[in-house]
Amino acid sequence: MIIIKRHRYLIARRVVQIGFLVIFAGSNYAGWSILKGNYSSGTVLDAIPLSDPYAVLQILFSGFLAGNDLLFGALIILIIYGFFFGRGFCSWICPLNIISDSAIAVSKRLKIEPSFKMSVKTRYVIMLLGLVLSALLGVSAFEIVSPVAILHRGVIFGIGFGWTIILALFLFDVALVKNGWCGHLCPLGAFYSLISSYALLNVKHDSDNCTNCNRCFGVCHEPQVLDIIGKQSGVIKSGECTNCARCIEVCDDDALKFSITNRLLKKN
Amino acid sequence: MSSRRDALRKIFNSAMIAGSGGLVWGTVASSAAKSPLALRPPGALVDDKFVQACIKCGKCVVACPYDTLMLAEVTEDKCLGTPFFEPRKIPCYLCTNYPCIKACPSGALLIDNIQQESEPANIENARMGLAVVHKESCIAFSGIQCDVCYRACPLMGKAIVLVKEKNEFTGKHANLKPVVNSDYCTGCGICEKVCIVEKAAIFILPVDLVTGKTGDHYVNSWEKNDEKRIENRETLQRSTDEDVESAIEYLNSDNELFEE
Repeated sequence: MIIIKRHRYLIARRVVQIGFLVIFAGSNYAGWSILKGNYSSGTVLDAIPLSDPYAVLQILFSGFLAGNDLLFGALIILIIYGFFFGRGFCSWICPLNIISDSAIAVSKRLKIEPSFKMSVKTRYVIMLLGLVLSALLGVSAFEIVSPVAILHRGVIFGIGFGWTIILALFLFDVALVKNGWCGHLCPLGAFYSLISSYALLNVKHDSDNCTNCNRCFGVCHEPQVLDIIGKQSGVIKSGECTNCARCIEVCDDDALKFSITNRLLKKN
Repeated sequence: MSSRRDALRKIFNSAMIAGSGGLVWGTVASSAAKSPLALRPPGALVDDKFVQACIKCGKCVVACPYDTLMLAEVTEDKCLGTPFFEPRKIPCYLCTNYPCIKACPSGALLIDNIQQESEPANIENARMGLAVVHKESCIAFSGIQCDVCYRACPLMGKAIVLVKEKNEFTGKHANLKPVVNSDYCTGCGICEKVCIVEKAAIFILPVDLVTGKTGDHYVNSWEKNDEKRIENRETLQRSTDEDVESAIEYLNSDNELFEE
């Protein structure tokens, strides 16, 4: 029981991640209309458009005025994550999360210490570079090579030789940089980090309960966001926190939990 | 002092890493964007614009009732993630309600592109490609009656016409040769699909690849509409220091012809 309790959010995340893939794939293979398309742009119940705001931004930077459905869909997604779920896309929706989580698990099991160090800020440079290159080349520079898109599109429409790219990322994460793609390189994650600094859903820390066991640091893939742990109470402010809730479920001291905190109006 | 120098060095260092990565990324991305041979869904923007506009969501693929459309995979030279079709496998059956175009959220497939002036949108205005006949492998050209492509064509008698020609071999029969008219061909590829020979003798290629351009200064003056093309023509700017006199002199004199 304790194992399930310690993994309750992880299990929920896998269910959500795989559930979305199944629903999307069902639209292509079985004609379901719950959610059509893929993670770049989807349509809910043949009515509400959704689209990846970073992809739409690249299209705009490339010099093409994207269609209304894309602009409107990007706005909806911006509101969903920017105001409510923070960087939840990365840990609750993105299928590459499963790959990178398993890479970390594998290197832990094989006792490999990925030794190559890289700044976690690299992704912001890549994100900007993606926009600059889109403008220079006149084509969405990241979308045309994006492993995130290769994976979700691959599952929904057929992956072909795209698995080689995914395997390469997996091996990179296992042997070179821990959480290398998701935590250091991915410009989409960088974009969501930037827009979700003031989202309502946060992880809240109660330092009175904290026993400094450091379990949360052990499971967190973006440990730089846990700077307040054991020092002061408050919410995790960094937009780099993916709200994956691994820290919450491993904490035995009731020192971490989800909270709805409006940081736009209230100074915390 | 030294901390500022360190900071500058760090910035410079990062800029160089970003520069090298950006150059590699840019080269890969711009070569990945090229897809000169891909056949796009109906109503698509012309190729560069199409690749630029498409967000690669696959909604057109989902909407296509015939499973014609596919999304390009990594090793295919069709620009990763963009929709295309292969007529010999499954051609476009020209749905009159064009679900693929309606499904497109990005504007990469546009109803405007199958609309002519005030008329309502019509799928027959689609120009996905152009059918090309390889005479040497088409059995109709060697005197065998076939006309399968002609009869399968959704614009029978317009996009493909049968041209009668005397069969010189027998002397008493006719060859019925399929000839494509680019004014009507939609590039749907049904002809390529039904062609009975081992490797299709009629096949679809991107329009731009198999069409020429006359230019605006050759005008069939006996056709009223054709004269309009002059209006598009860019006027030649004559530079003032050109030696017009001697040029005229040269054209008029026939001295050189009779020189000994």
